[in-house]
Amino acid sequence: MGLTNYAELAAIILFGIGFTILLIDRNLIKKNIGFAMTDSGMYLYLAAKGYISGRKAPIVVNGVTEMSAYINPIPAGLVLTGIVVSVATSAVMLALTVRLYRKYHTLNIDEIADKARKERE
Amino acid sequence: MARVRDDMGDTRWGRLQRWLREGDDSLDRAMIAVWDESAEPEPEPVFTVPPARPEQKKKNQKHTAKLEKLLRVFSVIAAVLLCVGIIGILLHTTALLPSFGREDNPVHNEVPRRYIEKGMNEDTGAVNIVAGMILDYRAFDTLGESNVLFVAVCTVMILLRLQAGDPDERLGSDTRDRLIEPHSDPILQVIARVLIPLILIFGAYVILNGHISPGGGFSGGAIMGAALILHMLAFGEKQTARFFSYRTYRAVSVCALGFYALAKAYSFFTGANHLPSIITIGTPGRIFSAGLIPYLNIAVGLVVCCTMYALFSLFRKGEL
Amino acid sequence: MTVALWQSIPFACILLPLFGAAVCLALPRRLARLWATFLMAAVTCMSLVFLVYMIPFGKSYNYPMGHFPAPFGNELRAGTLEAVLGLLFAGLTLICTLGGSRDAEHDISEGRQGLYHVLLLLMEAAMMAQVYTNDLFTAYVFVEIMTIAGCGLIAVRSEPGRAIVSAMRYMIMNSIGSAMFLLGIILIYDLTGHLLMENLHDSVVQLQAGGQYSQPLTMVVALLCSGLAVKSALFPFHSWVPDAYSTATPASASLLASLVSKSYIIVMLKVVFRILGTDVINAARMDDVFFVFGAAGMLIGSAVAITVPDVRRLVAWSSVAQIGYIFLGLGLHAGDAAVWHILTHAAAKSILFLSLPSLIPAGSDGSLRDLRGAGYRAPLAGVAFTTGALSLIGIPLMGGFITKLTLAQAALGAGGAHMWISLAALVLSTVLNVGYMLRCVLVFYSHPEEDAVPAAAPVRRGFALASVLVVLIAANIALLVFAQPILTAIRSGFAMFD
Repeated sequence: MGLTNYAELAAIILFGIGFTILLIDRNLIKKNIGFAMTDSGMYLYLAAKGYISGRKAPIVVNGVTEMSAYINPIPAGLVLTGIVVSVATSAVMLALTVRLYRKYHTLNIDEIADKARKERE
Repeated sequence: MARVRDDMGDTRWGRLQRWLREGDDSLDRAMIAVWDESAEPEPEPVFTVPPARPEQKKKNQKHTAKLEKLLRVFSVIAAVLLCVGIIGILLHTTALLPSFGREDNPVHNEVPRRYIEKGMNEDTGAVNIVAGMILDYRAFDTLGESNVLFVAVCTVMILLRLQAGDPDERLGSDTRDRLIEPHSDPILQVIARVLIPLILIFGAYVILNGHISPGGGFSGGAIMGAALILHMLAFGEKQTARFFSYRTYRAVSVCALGFYALAKAYSFFTGANHLPSIITIGTPGRIFSAGLIPYLNIAVGLVVCCTMYALFSLFRKGEL
Repeated sequence: MTVALWQSIPFACILLPLFGAAVCLALPRRLARLWATFLMAAVTCMSLVFLVYMIPFGKSYNYPMGHFPAPFGNELRAGTLEAVLGLLFAGLTLICTLGGSRDAEHDISEGRQGLYHVLLLLMEAAMMAQVYTNDLFTAYVFVEIMTIAGCGLIAVRSEPGRAIVSAMRYMIMNSIGSAMFLLGIILIYDLTGHLLMENLHDSVVQLQAGGQYSQPLTMVVALLCSGLAVKSALFPFHSWVPDAYSTATPASASLLASLVSKSYIIVMLKVVFRILGTDVINAARMDDVFFVFGAAGMLIGSAVAITVPDVRRLVAWSSVAQIGYIFLGLGLHAGDAAVWHILTHAAAKSILFLSLPSLIPAGSDGSLRDLRGAGYRAPLAGVAFTTGALSLIGIPLMGGFITKLTLAQAALGAGGAHMWISLAALVLSTVLNVGYMLRCVLVFYSHPEEDAVPAAAPVRRGFALASVLVVLIAANIALLVFAQPILTAIRSGFAMFD
């Protein structure tokens, strides 16, 4: 019990800052940055969950296959999957940003929404 | 063209700082100048002050400015409070969770025990236990994961690929490519000529050894994708298009994803029906071992490599 | 344990469209459409066969995805509830694609049509995976496929602008939801060490009995449920819905409205009933959250729908209200009412979105003014729209009526403030429903003004849409004819959850 390491602390601070940016900031590029920070924070957090003090990465060396020799491989695999997902999502969000910027010449989501509304009327 | 280069060359750092402070501006304006000069058919006034709304006009100008300032201060305070709140709640939760790095945590249960103790010798044959886990034990997740990349490229293609009739289309991909960055830099080309084969070989090494050492399809594919991107940056679009076009992307990803889906379908089906599988794990540590894992790694590597390059290329010039 | 061949159908329903999507990219435009339609039809047939085998089978089973038993590898799981939902999703995907195909040809530029079909197939694979998966992390991966494919389906229209703006809002909302959902998965994984639903449930029960980790468990409940609620566009998170549904091409709009938001709710059902269990949810007071937001969504969605002039936005706002009904059902612990409303709403909403394009004359922006007499210009579409509208209003013996009846029963069972609030919300939102839906229908069947010359529709929709509308009308009627057996199947499916 208790927060005993910096990895999780850093992960949560990253998550908090990123999530706030994602929620509040009106600039689309900054929203993307916030999204990337949120995800990085979560992956750091997840990776920290798999760590066991003093053990090595789960790649068998010299045929030793005892549980006591390696850290938990599952979070590592999940992080790998998660990273790929976040790459894909960022790519799509950035592509949308590029399209919006070309059309409306601004990155502010409120202004974009305003302009789009005027377009409809 | 020249103007853009000067603008961007001089004070990039200063502009970046201003951009960070003010949200949207000068860097963007420089880019907009390019788009406006060449791409936009209807020149719309850019960066004029948006016309004030009628109800705002009536009000005292000063009053509005004050109100806006207050609103901005308030939103900053709200953001900080929200951020601190989220961090506080999560830290509190984390403090109550099982502590870090202990071997008796609930996460370290019989599942990773089996992965480590039986993974290499009995189940998957992969020395790299993580590779064995993602490509054999939990292969269904990874199959979904490579399709996430595929769906992302499709969506970005829908969004950014030039269509006949788009306003930007008449420029052609080559011109658009040159708009963003000048190329034919001899120093870059000489270095790239040396580096690209090395990067490619290293990427292939990482992919092929994915099951016996750190690495695998995702990391190796990203490395190879970087080599392709470097090639395009150094030699320009025309040279790269000689060996990598939309047709290449299509052929490679169709083959790789199709093979992946079929191979996994075979092993899922035989596994669920308790049928004997023709796939054997071989001798762990050999390059031809661990059943399907090396082949799946190659497929994943190809998909990732193409995806990285395709995303870069679509963002850069709207064409593959 | 031997596995019968029919038990492999869920596996085939996921892998076939996934493989087909890759192949679809290589095909030319027309072949791609044929191929996609063929695969969707195949999946629908398989789902039908599956349901036919599943109902007499009478219990759920697990299907390992690979050579490794339960906690080590991925698994699928199927019971009657999954079979019903699988058939609904497969069938409606096919129907929406067919019904919107002419409009899609018109709305989407030629170069993008192949990609559009790729996205449809990936979407179908992801939805089937949501329905059948037994693993929380697999659910996350396929949720992401669905999110991105949904974004592509909104933005695929040739005309840029509003479609892209709404796609951006959709992506922002969804990435917020995904972040919360993933963090919830990480926390619950840390607490239990499992990702498979049965094992998760066992561990959660133990944790709750032990009283240890009660605060983190509350956090898990909050993150998982609110993440999925954000993604399914529950009331305060609906800002992207009206724009997205009204700008997307009809096939995309009906897919998104009737299926995609629902499949997040299906993951939610699994989280609530299979992983956490109602005790944990109640202890964290999440049921009250669902209840409050569901009721608010019902009222506000309907109230806004009554004021908007654009008929497409009206239907979109009514979706916000209908999602509220589903969450109200969850809040009242009436899972069967929630699932029943998923079925009803999917059948009714897709009929509304598919019939609208024939009713809106060319060059109109879809405001109700221009729609006078539309029911005479396009008789079949008018009848179809009316059927959907009646079902959503819930006139006796239509699908929506049964929702309201089961919800009211659940409310009476709940007693106290819950009963009064939900009964009041039900009555009030029904009145509002009648208001806006009947307004549309009345406008469609009022005589057009003399000077308004009805222009010819720009898209000839022809036989495909007509047959689809007939099938959908039949489906809406079938829902009410077979209401009892379907409800029984749903309830037995819930019984299999434990």
